[in-house]
Amino acid sequence: MEDTNQKPAESAQVILRMTGIGKSFLGIRVLRGIDLSATAGEVHAVVGENGAGKSTLMKILAGVHQPDEGTVEIGGQTRSFAHPVEAQRAGVAIIYQEFNLLPERSVADNVFLGREPTRRGLVDRAAMDEATSRLLDELDEHSFGPRHLVKDLSVAQQQVVEIVKALSVDARIVVMDEPTAALAEHEVELLYRLIRRLQGRGIAVLYISHRLREVFDLADRVTVLKDGAHVATVPAADVTTGELVKMMVGRELDAYFPPRAEESAVGEVLLTVRNGGNGKLDGIDLDLRAGEIVGVAGLQGSGRSSLVKAIFGAEPFTRGEMTPARPGNVRAGVAAGIGLVTEDRKAEGLALNQSVRDNALLVARAIGHRSRATVSDLLQRVKLAPPRQETEVKYLSGGNQQKVVLAKWLTVSPKVLLFDEPTRGVDVGAKAAIHDLMRELADSGTAILMISSELPELIGMSDRIVVLRDGRVAGQLPGGSTEESVMALAAADGAAA
Amino acid sequence: MIALVANPTRAVYAALIATLAVGWALVAFDGGTFTLNDLVGIQQRSAALGIVAVGQTLAILAGSLDLSVAYLISLVSLVAAETMAGQSSNILTAVIVALGVSALVGLVNGVVITKLKVHAFIATLGVALVIRGVLDHLYDGPAGRVPVDFQQLGYARIGPIPVAAILWAAVAFGVWFLLRRTRFGHRVYAVGGDVEVARLSGVRTDRVVIAAHVLCSLCAGVAGLLLASRLGAGAPTVGTDGGYDLESIAAVVLGGTALAGGRGGVAGTVGGVLLLAVLDSVFNQLEVNSFFKDVVRGVVIVVAVAVYARRTGRRAS
Repeated sequence: MEDTNQKPAESAQVILRMTGIGKSFLGIRVLRGIDLSATAGEVHAVVGENGAGKSTLMKILAGVHQPDEGTVEIGGQTRSFAHPVEAQRAGVAIIYQEFNLLPERSVADNVFLGREPTRRGLVDRAAMDEATSRLLDELDEHSFGPRHLVKDLSVAQQQVVEIVKALSVDARIVVMDEPTAALAEHEVELLYRLIRRLQGRGIAVLYISHRLREVFDLADRVTVLKDGAHVATVPAADVTTGELVKMMVGRELDAYFPPRAEESAVGEVLLTVRNGGNGKLDGIDLDLRAGEIVGVAGLQGSGRSSLVKAIFGAEPFTRGEMTPARPGNVRAGVAAGIGLVTEDRKAEGLALNQSVRDNALLVARAIGHRSRATVSDLLQRVKLAPPRQETEVKYLSGGNQQKVVLAKWLTVSPKVLLFDEPTRGVDVGAKAAIHDLMRELADSGTAILMISSELPELIGMSDRIVVLRDGRVAGQLPGGSTEESVMALAAADGAAA
Repeated sequence: MIALVANPTRAVYAALIATLAVGWALVAFDGGTFTLNDLVGIQQRSAALGIVAVGQTLAILAGSLDLSVAYLISLVSLVAAETMAGQSSNILTAVIVALGVSALVGLVNGVVITKLKVHAFIATLGVALVIRGVLDHLYDGPAGRVPVDFQQLGYARIGPIPVAAILWAAVAFGVWFLLRRTRFGHRVYAVGGDVEVARLSGVRTDRVVIAAHVLCSLCAGVAGLLLASRLGAGAPTVGTDGGYDLESIAAVVLGGTALAGGRGGVAGTVGGVLLLAVLDSVFNQLEVNSFFKDVVRGVVIVVAVAVYARRTGRRAS
């Protein structure tokens, strides 16, 4: 492997060395000849498109899968794990994208799950609480304690619980899989601080993310995987975003975003809200025009998702005027020509156990709409590849799943399409495809409203940006505004974000 | 009131106290009296259901459930009564054999669910049908004889308290202790809460489910012994006549344990069983039509679960 002659990497203790890892599932080779190493106190980013093999590689490290070939060395010893708990005992902790926590149990119960300390054969709750408190203190986390139930915690707090869990097993290697996917912008800063603390303790952090900005913010080295093979391992300081993207997708993606709408292409007003409000929103004024993509920015809890749900009729406005008439429920929203691509496509957007075809026809069937377009036309339009109609949706990658969600809405040709985090958990290639599709839809006369926590995406895609704060419109900005100006509006008046 | 509803265990006990008070008033108004003896009678009647329901709580908390308990109770009553054959000297052997059979059935349930990956509903229904087939083939009426010594279990009292009630209390306390204070208990909650989370935390999830089923069947076995001692013999219909399968599940759910597992506990189940028993006693005292009784029980269970669901829904949003 190209273990670049970076000074700290050489002098620091190598904690993890994976060599020549290969793995096949049902005769399909998903990994071949992967090398990966990590040293104490290093943040090592692992990047690659969906399907590049990052997750499989991490699951091998975690003992969830066993490699067909290659070796895993931890602290200089060759290890092979038959069960996740063996990897855990060897000092490997994984924080999955979907947290492995029991919502109905306390923080301490979760931290010590599977290895509860005992005294005279009985679970020693006092010791569990005390050890958990101590670790929370070390992380400067005072907003909750060991006896809080996990279901009462925010996503960011739950992530802290996962980190405490990793620390409590004395993990030497912590793997974080898309840790910022569910975090708001200001929570990401807190996560950075936590990661630096882990570094300070001499823990090797393997950081998996689609967001290259985070990779450059945090990582010492970056390993790029593509189609199950190792492309390169380079110091983060020695590459540019463009070079990294090129290594990941094998092509330059400098036109990251499709061009904005021409002034003249923006047409009639398709939807207006005047003084709209409900339990979470107040005094909302908004116009959506044909051919225009309007971005919605705001911190977590500012009411972004509430806004799209109100327009769509899932959590309706209870006050104010709206044209078309304020939908009181989802059915009315769909009938009025409004569609919503939800934030959580697995839970809210798709019937995972059903086929691509059934999912594509979900909305059309629900409202009894006879679509003139055939399913294969639709799948072609959203560029689903391969366009197999009978595949169950759960087997598709995140990007392809999102295309099916889009196809679902295209069957009823909505006039207004709302997108809540349309590219979350989607790889770089599919992301660009979804961006192109959104722009195509706008060009063909659809009004589009888009939420994204990723500011570069929001700024790159939007013709106009509406910033929310505390359930109200804090202001509007033209497309191409700076991240600083958006954040200044989103956080209270120019206060540092 | 809101605080009461916020916690299902507290809610079921509040309902229990309210039912007792209202029942007592109604019975008094009707010209009858609701005495200590009636309360003891409630204990007596609910002991068998209570023991089964405590076992069922374990299975349900672990994310499973057991439909085979009713037939197992019948089987155990017969095995015990036939082994005793009226001789006091055979009691110990009979208890061991009866509990051995129970444990074996629980083991089969657990292994079919975890290793063959058959859904608990079907797995335990299948086992129930197998036991029914055996019973139908071998017996067409009561069989065996329980010695008088063993009948003490069903009828004796220590002071005012029936031995059966003490047995129930002991089983309930034992399982409560297991759930609260042992690693096994913590793992039952973990497996029922989320199998994958438990597995990735190093819990041997199959073992936990199998152990929960063995314990559940052992509880059913104890209930079978208790019923045999009451009847003085084994009977092939004693379990199904009591409706112990669905009724135990109803009591567990009434006590606030989530049918999907991972949330709830023994305290709620005990409250659920008592609530059903008190309703029964009050209706008996008032000599209410038994069809109406069933209607009320059905409504109570559905309303209770709807109330718990409202609470959970609000928390989630």
